[in-house]
Amino acid sequence: MGNLVEIRWHGRGGQGAKTAALLFADAALNEGKNVQAFPEYGPERMGAPVQSFNRISDDPINIRCGIESPQVVVVLDPTLMNIVDVTAGLPEDGILLINTSEEPSEVRKDKSVSGRRIFTVNASLISKESIGRDIPNTPMLGALIKATGLINYERMLKDTKAKLEKKFKSKPEMIDGNIKAIQRAYEEVKSE
Amino acid sequence: MSKIVAKTGNESMAEAMRQINPDVVAAYPITPSTEIVQIFSSYVADGLVDTEFLAVESEHSAMSACIGSAATGARTMTCTASQGLALMWEMLYIATGLRLPIVIAGVNRALSAPINIHCDHSDTMGIRDSGWIQIYSENAQEGYDNLIQAVKIAEECCLPAIVTTDGFIISHGMESMKLLEDKEVQDFIGDYKAPYTLINPQKPITVGALDFTDYYFEHRRSTAEAVLQAKDKIIKVSQEYSHLSQRKYELFEEYRLDDAQMAIVVLGSTAGTAKVVIDELRSKGIKAGLLKIRVYRPFPAEELAIVLSKIPAVAILDRADSLSTMGGPVFIDIKSALYNLEKRSKLINYIYGLGGRDTTLHHIREVYQDLQNILDTGKIAQSIKYLGVRE
Repeated sequence: MGNLVEIRWHGRGGQGAKTAALLFADAALNEGKNVQAFPEYGPERMGAPVQSFNRISDDPINIRCGIESPQVVVVLDPTLMNIVDVTAGLPEDGILLINTSEEPSEVRKDKSVSGRRIFTVNASLISKESIGRDIPNTPMLGALIKATGLINYERMLKDTKAKLEKKFKSKPEMIDGNIKAIQRAYEEVKSE
Repeated sequence: MSKIVAKTGNESMAEAMRQINPDVVAAYPITPSTEIVQIFSSYVADGLVDTEFLAVESEHSAMSACIGSAATGARTMTCTASQGLALMWEMLYIATGLRLPIVIAGVNRALSAPINIHCDHSDTMGIRDSGWIQIYSENAQEGYDNLIQAVKIAEECCLPAIVTTDGFIISHGMESMKLLEDKEVQDFIGDYKAPYTLINPQKPITVGALDFTDYYFEHRRSTAEAVLQAKDKIIKVSQEYSHLSQRKYELFEEYRLDDAQMAIVVLGSTAGTAKVVIDELRSKGIKAGLLKIRVYRPFPAEELAIVLSKIPAVAILDRADSLSTMGGPVFIDIKSALYNLEKRSKLINYIYGLGGRDTTLHHIREVYQDLQNILDTGKIAQSIKYLGVRE
């Protein structure tokens, strides 16, 4: 399983960390990849720190334990940076993608992150402006694809649109809003 | 034509149930199997199945309703886990005694106390002498495939059957899997025609009659015979399904076992993690293998003995403790299965993953290291160990 990629999502209960992992797995599945998506089940409280996980591979995935050293960490809520060690197990060349208004260099300095490739995007702002609510998980998908190149962007956009058209038949503004949010995050994500 | 989809273990089992389209489902929700009931009840509400759905007030009632239903010749299913299965216990034995092919879509979860919602196999190990056919699944795909097969197996054997996946690890983990077409499933399971039914005026029968010293023993003996004969029927149905799905199903799976010097025996999702470690060890020239038990009841004792007798050092991993001081239930069974052989393997037992404790690659590597030490020294330092516990 040389091409296995493991991802850890950090969010707060109710913020959609689980949904983000499911959406990303679904998008990767459409690319013909083998996928896993699973949440960490602790006490479930709105606002409490939660994690979810992805495995993506060209080969069938047999492993069934938790993820200890992901190559990619996605942080949906910047306030988690102060209370959770989001870099735990993330190797020196790993990717750290954060929903924040800060620049990657600011995050590196403020949180004294050594090594790793830091990416930031203001997904909350994008979400508020495009969807009308702070639901950062959808735009973060766009940013994740830009940062990792794990799946084809155009194709993912097309698949997501088809899915949203089914889900929001009566609310066409939600379809455009979500798609716009993904596109903006893809374009606006910053690296060092 | 198979479709590739991403589903959780619970979604995959609910989908299998939709395709099976049972006559009756009587169920009571319990974590982590709740979603199966919930999704299936939405299929009923949406008219996607013809099933009579009974939302009952407890698992004891669920199994009681299933028994009544199956006795009339209806194809009958339910779902449960943990305390729910424990509450069914009294009725489970009645289902077997009445030879009713009820099928449970189960999810493995620890038993209280302390209260815990996560995976171990204590719940189903608690019914291992009930006469129910027990099939364990490594992943969502197997949960789906096994559940479809269980319907046919149960009906051909006139015995109840339970198929399980590991709680949360599989039940709530989404993964890639393939589905059969609805018609393929229907053609495979066929129509159910019960040999005897409660409401056939042409052939009246008594169900659940009093059976004292005169015939009780003979009836229990005939049940034992049914379980004995079940093995061949399970093999036959599994072969038919393997042919249909192009996915191989046998009593157990052998992974890189042909020339193995040491092996792990395990049930459920941890088999997948062990395969990763085996590939790692094999790339270093270490002859490690895996035997994953799929059909735990009836226990494939003779078949296991033939395979395991060729492997000098074997570790049996139990996700349940028997509290008998003799190790976990699978260990005890395998020891018995090998006892009469002239050349016996060295066996060790690990109780692992109780209450959902994560069993990682490190833990599996540790087991193979212990097996290597046994091969090197010819000695077992400790035959029953607890893997990944703080002591």
